[in-house]
Amino acid sequence: MLNIINKTPWDRPALDAALQCADGGSILLIEDGVYAATRGSASEARLKDAMGRLKIYALGPDLEARGVADRLTEGVTVVGYDGFVDLVAENKTCQSWL
Amino acid sequence: MIFSILVNEGPYQHQASDTAFNFAKTVLSKGHTIFRVFFYHDGVNNGTRLTTPPQDDRNVIAKWTKLAQDSELDMVVCVAAAQRRGIVDEGEAKRNGKDATNLAPGFRISGLGQLIEAGIQSDRIVTFGD
Repeated sequence: MLNIINKTPWDRPALDAALQCADGGSILLIEDGVYAATRGSASEARLKDAMGRLKIYALGPDLEARGVADRLTEGVTVVGYDGFVDLVAENKTCQSWL
Repeated sequence: MIFSILVNEGPYQHQASDTAFNFAKTVLSKGHTIFRVFFYHDGVNNGTRLTTPPQDDRNVIAKWTKLAQDSELDMVVCVAAAQRRGIVDEGEAKRNGKDATNLAPGFRISGLGQLIEAGIQSDRIVTFGD
C-alpha cells in the first residue's frame, strides 16, 4: 500500500499514524509533508526507524518549492510527478492520510 | 491503467487542487486513462467560472477546464456540496429558484453515485485534500 502524507508532523499526526499502521509498502511525502524528510526534523529518527520495513519517498517539486531539496534525510528517495503516478500504479491500494 | 481522482479542497486554499491537477496531467501524459475527476466538499469551488485571480497568478479553474476540454475528462461536482457553496448550473438554478449560474465549462454537477462508480470502474482512486 502507498501511504500519502501531505502535512508536516507538527501540523497533523498523519505521518505517525501511517508509520504506526503501515506494515510494509511505501510512504510518499508531498506538499508540506516533505518537511518530515529533511535532516534535523523532529520526525527524522522515526522515519529512519521505519526505513527497514517501509520505503520512503518525497515529491521533488514540493521539496524544491520549499527550498529544502538540499537537506534531504539519507535513505529517502526523491520522485517527480512521473514517479508519483508510478507509485500509485505499482501499489495495489493507496491511502491519503488527510 | 484507469485512474480516478477525488479533490476535496478548494483552489487557493492550500495546495491540494494544484497537486491533483499536476497528478492528473502526468497520469494522462504517461498513457494512462482517467475515468473521472470528482470534486467534493470545498473541492467544488474548483468549478466556479467567476473566479478572477491576479494576472500573474495561475488560474486553477481555467487549468482544469482546459485539461477537461483537451483530454475529454469527465469532471463531476458533487451536487449537495455545490448547493451549500453556491456552485450552480442551469438545471440547479431552475430547480432551486436561483437567478444566476456559475459552473465553469468542462464541469458537470451530479451526485455521489458518480464517486462510487469511479471507485468501481477505476483501478486506482487517489484523494487530494487538506
